[in-house]
Order: sequence, then structure tokens, then C-alpha cells
Amino acid sequence: MTAILSLPDAVSEIVADGDSVALEGFTHLIPFAAGHEIIRQGRRDLELIRMTPDLVYDQMIGMGTARRLVFSYGGNPGVGSLHRFRDAIENGWPRPLEVEEHSHAGMANRFAAGAADMPCAVMRGYVGTDLYERTRVEPITCPFTGEQLVAVPALRPDVAIVHAQEADREGNVQLWGIPGVQKEAVLAATRSLVTVERVVDSLEPRPGGIVIPSWEITAVAEAPGGSRPSYSLDLTVRDNDFYRFWDELSRDREEFSAWMEENVLGSAVAG
Amino acid sequence: MDGGERPRLGGGWVSATPAAASSSEVQTIAAARTLREAGSVFIGVGRPSTAAILARMLYNPTLVLIYESGTIGAKPYRIPLSIGDGELAETADAVVSVPEMFNYWIGPGRIDVAFLGAAQVDRFANLNSTVIGDYDHPKVRLPGAGGAPEIAAGCGEVVIVAPHDRRTLVERLDFCTTVGFGDGPGARERLGFRGRGPTAVITDLGVLEPDAESKELVLTQLHEGVGAEQAREATGWELDVIAEPRVTEAPSEEELEALRELLSR
Repeated sequence: MTAILSLPDAVSEIVADGDSVALEGFTHLIPFAAGHEIIRQGRRDLELIRMTPDLVYDQMIGMGTARRLVFSYGGNPGVGSLHRFRDAIENGWPRPLEVEEHSHAGMANRFAAGAADMPCAVMRGYVGTDLYERTRVEPITCPFTGEQLVAVPALRPDVAIVHAQEADREGNVQLWGIPGVQKEAVLAATRSLVTVERVVDSLEPRPGGIVIPSWEITAVAEAPGGSRPSYSLDLTVRDNDFYRFWDELSRDREEFSAWMEENVLGSAVAG
Repeated sequence: MDGGERPRLGGGWVSATPAAASSSEVQTIAAARTLREAGSVFIGVGRPSTAAILARMLYNPTLVLIYESGTIGAKPYRIPLSIGDGELAETADAVVSVPEMFNYWIGPGRIDVAFLGAAQVDRFANLNSTVIGDYDHPKVRLPGAGGAPEIAAGCGEVVIVAPHDRRTLVERLDFCTTVGFGDGPGARERLGFRGRGPTAVITDLGVLEPDAESKELVLTQLHEGVGAEQAREATGWELDVIAEPRVTEAPSEEELEALRELLSR
């Protein structure tokens, strides 16, 4: 049976300074509450892994949590730039950020290889682009057909954190709606934390629902609204206005810092 | 944006005669028209998404809209802000994971058309969405590849929607994120790509299409009121113009009203 912990206890137990950490959730079910708790606990030197850094990593990068970023699309979806991400790469503020970037297909295959405990994934992609010279991808020949393919290394994060709609009291988790690479991230990681909107007596099967059994999850923490301003399908709604607001606010270092101070550092989650 | 409403004899409320189309409206409608015959289209956010939803409203009600978030057959009523808005998942025929989207759907070429945008486009319709300036010390760090490289390699054809100016249509990309025709004829075949590659770049001034032999983008169509010289001056390379470029059919009242109504939802 998986431990059901408070969010502060779960983060404190599972995430250490210097860890490689993947907070996943593709536009949907982004684990903001867990990201904020990591910031509050002052974790440092993390290697942050995520296909779409989104606002959650913009905030963590801007607060100096990350040493390195592994990603495939660093934009504010439908709005424009991630300004803290840009400031870190362009100007080294608040600290230099090492980057390793891939395509979505590459990242998705890397997570899938990690989940399968394979050393690499074989795919078609990257060839002809400048990314090929700049990232971790190698040519490989199909031993059966001779076709030239590429290999990308498996992702094996120390920690995966995802958000889901619900867990039962044993810590089995169910999520539905856009599934992204959450299941792959949990299975690829050494330790995992799932934050959930609610804990229920038993999971009721949902169309398209993905169940992750408790014995593959290190800890579950209840965090209602924990994906805001992203969303949890059927329970909360994506706050598109916040994504637009962030575009304005996050351009300025001081305004960003003041907002984080007031809304994240100063608002501890009830244990 | 919309033109107000007034009663008309014979019943119903209809919009007043719409104001003349703006260049961005013409661009969106021109992009939507390319989807008249398509079975499925892969779309990012922004103008491509607007164009694809408009195409489904106006010309092609069975058009399958596919978003990178894994939503196949989404039927959004409003234009989504992100590729993962709730309405896309709620209305989709199927919702799949990201590995499935790329490995089972895009890679094998199951999707007819991809709509892509970019910060820079070169004469062979290669795209940059990674950096402006040097990679290690970028002047502007752009979002990066996302799904574009494999989408452009695998989908049946690619339609690029981009502003027509010298900042976007450049002689040389600062970074090649996504291959269109690479260094010219034969490049896609050498790289093992399945799709035909870019078939049109739709700008706010006109349409560029790859020459069948050289694969270089040439100006084949101009929006109403735009001259070939104006388009050439707004292009960062020596843009060739075909002998008699077509003129984009002016947006009909129905097209304009539908677009404006969609944007106002």
C-alpha cells in the first residue's frame, strides 16, 4: 500500500537537492501545487525534465530551483514566450541554466524507453535539423532492413511527479482526459509522487481512464486544485486568463519575485 | 471585430454588410480554403487553429482536427488558447498519449495535412523555431522544436502560415529546427521522409509554393491589392515570381462573417 501523505511531507521525503525531477502533464493535469511546494522547501540544483516547461517550470527556473533543463517546447502555449525561461538562458538570471532540448517525439520516446527499462528508443526523426548536432541523438541501422534510424537515450528521472483526478485509499490512481506522458514518467522514475484532486473509497472506471497501480507509486498526496492554472478534466477548468496574465507579469524580474513571494512562498499548503 | 446586427426582410437576424477584409483575415481564409478536400489536419495554436476550425465550419464538415495534445477528431466551438484546452478532449473522437500520437499517427503518415508556423522560413521552406542569433548565446530564445520536425517529416503535406516580412522570410535560418526541402531536390528522399513536404506558405501578402524542379519557394498568388514588387521587397531572398501570379479570390461575405463570428465566440 502506497503512503498517502501531506504534500509538504511527500515532497520533503521524495525530492532531494540535485535530483533529476520530471513534473509531467501535457497542458492538462500539470502538478503546480507540487512545483510550488518544491520552491517553498528551497530545493536547489535540480535537473528539471518536462516536454513543455509551461508556467510551472518558468516559476521554478525564476526562483533558482534548476541547474539544468531537459525539454522540447519552452513556450507559453498559445500566448508566447516563457520570460523567466528566456531570462535564464539569455542572461543567466537568477543563475545560468544548462539546457538539453529535443523534439516532442524524441522526449516521448525517451520516457517510453525509460518506462520499459530499455537503454534507448529507436525512432525516425531529428535528421537534417541543426538539433541533430546539438542534442543526444545517434544514428542506428535497423539490423533487419538496413534502414537508417536514430536512437535517443532513455529518460530515467530520480523522481516523477504527476497530478491526477483521484486515488483510492490504497493509493491506486486514476486519471482521464489528455494523458500526455504521465504514465510513462511514473514508470520511468525511481521514485514517484502523484498529487490528486481527491481521495475516494474506490475508483470508478472512466472512459479513457488510465489507472496506475499503487505498488508503482511511492507516495500520493491530496492537493485539491493542485493543477491550477492548468486543469483536471471534469473537476477544474484551465485558467486561460492566468496564462495571459503571466505573460505580462513575468516579463519583469521584480514583479515576478514579488508575485512569487506573495502567492507561493507566503501561502503554505495546510499539512 | 464584428459588424453589428440588423433585421432583414424575410426574417432572421443577419450581420450588416461586413467591413472590408483585413490582410490577416484574408490570410486565415486563404489557409482555410486549402483544407476543402483534406481528410485530416494536424494543427498548432494561433492562426492555423482558427483556419482549420473555419474550414470545418464552412467547407469541410467532416474534417478531422488533430492537436498535438493527443486529441483526434476534436470539434471545438471556440478557438482554443492552448493545444490542450478541455474542450478539445471533451469533443474528440479519441484521446491518445504523446508517444502514441507521434509513433502511431504522425510517424506512419496517417495525417493528410499539417499546419505549421515558425519565426523564420527560408527559400526551401525549412523552419526555425529555436533561437534568433547564436545557439549558445541566443539573442532571442524561442520555444524550440515541439512536434514540428517529425510532423513535417511524416504528415502527407505541410502548409506553413507566416507573416510576410524580411524578419520571417530569411536568406539564412539562424537554426534549422524543421526540414522542409533541406538543401533542395532529393533532400527529403535522402533523409527518408514519408510526406511530400511543404506545399504552400500562406502569408498576409500572398502564397508561395515550391517550384516542382528546384523546390525553391516562388510567388504564385497575391492577395487582392498586393503587387508582386511589394511581396518581393518583403522577402529576405531574391524571390522568383511566376509569369502570371493568381489573385486570391476575395473573401465572400459568408466567409468573413463566419470568421468574425468564430473569433467573437
